[in-house]
Amino acid sequence: MNAPVDPKGLKAIQPSRRDVVVASTMVGGALLVGCSPADLMSAGSKVEVGAFGPFIKIAPDGVVTVISKHIEFGQGNHAGLAAIVAEELDADWSKVKVEQAPANAKLYANGNMGAQLTGGSSAISNSWDQLRKAGAGARAMFVQAAANRWNVPVGEITVKDSVLAHTSGKTATFGELLNDAAKVNPPTDPKLKDPKAFTLIGSDRVRRKDSQAKSDGSALYTQDVRLPDMLTAMVAHPPRFGGKVKSFDAAEAKKVAGVVDVFEIPTGIAVVAQNTYAARMGREALKIEWDEEKAEKRGSPAIIQVYRDVLSGKDASVKWEPFDQRGDAAALETAKGADVVELNYEFPYLAHATMEPMNCVAAVDGNKVKLTFGSQGQTLDQLNVAKVVGCLPGSVEIETLFAGGSFGRRATFQSDYAVECVHIAKKVGKGRPVKLVWTREDDMRSGYFRPIVLHALKVKLDKDGLPAAWRHRIVTQSIMKGAPMPMGKGPDSSAFEGINDSPYLKATPVVDAQVAFPDIGVPVLWWRSVGATHTAFVMEHTIDQLAAKAGKDPVAYRRAIYTKAGAERHLAVLNLALEKAGPKATAGWTRGVAVHESFGSVVAQIAEVKLENGAPRVGRVVTAIDCGVAISPDQIAAQMEGGTCYGLSAALFGEVTLTDGQVDQTNFDGYRVLRINEAPSVETHIVPSGNPPSGVGEPGTPVIAPAVANALFALNKAATSRLPFVRSEA
Amino acid sequence: MAMTLDINGKPVSVQAAPETPLLWVLRDELGMTGTKFGCGLAQCGACTVHMDGQPIRSCVTPIEAVGAAKVTTIEGLGGQHPVQQAWVRHDVPQCGYCQSGQIMSACALLAQKPKPSDQDIDEAMAGNICRCGAYQRIRAAIKDAADFGPPTGEAHADIDEAIVAASGATHRGAGR
Repeated sequence: MNAPVDPKGLKAIQPSRRDVVVASTMVGGALLVGCSPADLMSAGSKVEVGAFGPFIKIAPDGVVTVISKHIEFGQGNHAGLAAIVAEELDADWSKVKVEQAPANAKLYANGNMGAQLTGGSSAISNSWDQLRKAGAGARAMFVQAAANRWNVPVGEITVKDSVLAHTSGKTATFGELLNDAAKVNPPTDPKLKDPKAFTLIGSDRVRRKDSQAKSDGSALYTQDVRLPDMLTAMVAHPPRFGGKVKSFDAAEAKKVAGVVDVFEIPTGIAVVAQNTYAARMGREALKIEWDEEKAEKRGSPAIIQVYRDVLSGKDASVKWEPFDQRGDAAALETAKGADVVELNYEFPYLAHATMEPMNCVAAVDGNKVKLTFGSQGQTLDQLNVAKVVGCLPGSVEIETLFAGGSFGRRATFQSDYAVECVHIAKKVGKGRPVKLVWTREDDMRSGYFRPIVLHALKVKLDKDGLPAAWRHRIVTQSIMKGAPMPMGKGPDSSAFEGINDSPYLKATPVVDAQVAFPDIGVPVLWWRSVGATHTAFVMEHTIDQLAAKAGKDPVAYRRAIYTKAGAERHLAVLNLALEKAGPKATAGWTRGVAVHESFGSVVAQIAEVKLENGAPRVGRVVTAIDCGVAISPDQIAAQMEGGTCYGLSAALFGEVTLTDGQVDQTNFDGYRVLRINEAPSVETHIVPSGNPPSGVGEPGTPVIAPAVANALFALNKAATSRLPFVRSEA
Repeated sequence: MAMTLDINGKPVSVQAAPETPLLWVLRDELGMTGTKFGCGLAQCGACTVHMDGQPIRSCVTPIEAVGAAKVTTIEGLGGQHPVQQAWVRHDVPQCGYCQSGQIMSACALLAQKPKPSDQDIDEAMAGNICRCGAYQRIRAAIKDAADFGPPTGEAHADIDEAIVAASGATHRGAGR
């Protein structure tokens, strides 16, 4: 869900020189001349597009199948995407199904990215125009077919619930008109509905299509794939990031019943077996000596010290990069006094900890590859896998399945676990499918964490108590480092999104905001809501502290700044949340407020908090969101409920630490996550809007942590400078 | 070695070492993939099945410990069990991966306590992690299932009775 790709900076995936070289060798460079990246990425792929285009299939029984170019791993996007088509097509919602698209960047690219990828809370927003047109185009084809058959003007035909009707009383179903409609030339610019005429979109009828399959055990995840002759593999990985195999002894492992083969791959030692248990037992019997010469051996305290030294200037080797500088900030450097506030914040590594550990199924036969798994970034996966087997990226076939969560983890620039699986399947060869299974421990130790982040702020207030000058320093690892495509100009914005574009900085005349990215050998990645995981906290908790300094009520203080900055949507969500929350907190509970914009949507939350045994407990959470046109109010609510839990889990307990380079938390016993007895009750209210839809999957995540911190600040005047709230014993 | 297990009311012969966790026998040997692998340590509850009506973590239960006990899996609920229907009515699942385990825990709870309080639900369900955070819908669906009235089909009746008989509860809860 979490690719913070700057749509302005990334027109299309640009294969690196090496990718093109690989592709050139396969097809003889001349053939590639004049190929667009999308052509290159789809070269070799086979997708049959029917009469109604790449997004709609209609069967003789009238069932409409909407092809989703986006993976469904919880966000509810399949329901929303199908509803967009069904609305414009006037299809019977009960006869609409959703199917996952094959991997093909030419047909199924994310409109914001030029690559097939589900991320940045963009599934609905980037598909909005595309699927409306697809639905309206198919509708027009049916209307024309009916007009031809009945010999009447198209203007006299209406469509409702997959049935066409003429003023004379004649009717025909999609199924009855299917063959005729398929012969009609699709209109190039079909007329779209006036949103006021929507009957499905925005209604409570737009519900998930997969709840039954996900409640009876029949929904198919990567972990459940069973193919004829399939082998199951586990890999022994080095204990530290950057480690390698020095030597290994597989004698005992090979004696384990069910173990078929043991061999080295670039990421460790693979044990291939008849089943999962045998693979695990085989792996436990391995003897491996690791080469850790180049491994990252620092623990979390040492890494944080590096950050602090960069922040203090003691370590001047890391370059500072400005991301917002306005006015004369020099005076702020030495400013002191009652109107100056200095604040520091620290955020730990976070694991995604999806319920389904990372896994993949691959079959390799020469340079033919078929992957069957929960692929989040099909185009990236094709590129990375093509490099391993030496084929055209587009010819890497991917069948995308449901995934048991991702929160960003399934989209890495390296396609880490998919590539690992392909290395094993390549060695096994002959097209024999191999399922790579990671245990929870493999998953937790694999890194790709939300990086450690430090913020240091110095803010000077004006005579009205509002920010007059704002100095901001951030130290973190760059998520975008190593991206195979250009990601826009300037420093990696995923580290500071939510700061420079906030109303608070917009309303501040003097700004000096800079970021520094030290090199640490721990792989990092976007994590549900990306930069907002920390920037929302820093900005929103800072605002309450500034308000306190200015002697103002935090809500009134926000309103004053939003008004000054012209942040009308922020004002609207804040006001709606306050109205719905009512004037008083539940007796015994203290309220905290936070508002944050991410992925084009603005969310306000009012959290009711109390302390129980010294730890915060969150009860009622009133949420207001402006996400443009609300396609599925039910699923927007579900994402606010779930996003709040995901954010609260990290805020309360989330922390991965390293000791001498080794991950300390390897399962849910060490990496504590939110459970039902700790879950809040979230109410969701949607600001009515006629704007195009914006993100929903992520914007609900980052707001709860600062809302809780602000409630605790209101409760006992104790500010929070470090997450999580509840520290582990270590 | 060969062993006979009682899975969803049927005797099933399996070929596996006695220490093999029930989870992997169900999934790899019997192809019953509704029961999920999440942690392998009885920490997350995704692998929850019933053994003689009690919810257990199949990832840490060797088949030798199962013996002749009656095992019920998500597949054994039949798909239209009142708890499953409540799950669908509330659109509880998001990614859905944990939901088989959640539902098995919920069925066991309702068999013991037909009208569970919030605290009962917390206690019975705290062993089942949902990373999507569908907790408030899980809570609502359990309460809804408790109010749903008698089962309309026969598919799950035997299972409910078996759960109740094995748990020693006096009320038949899951169908109410």
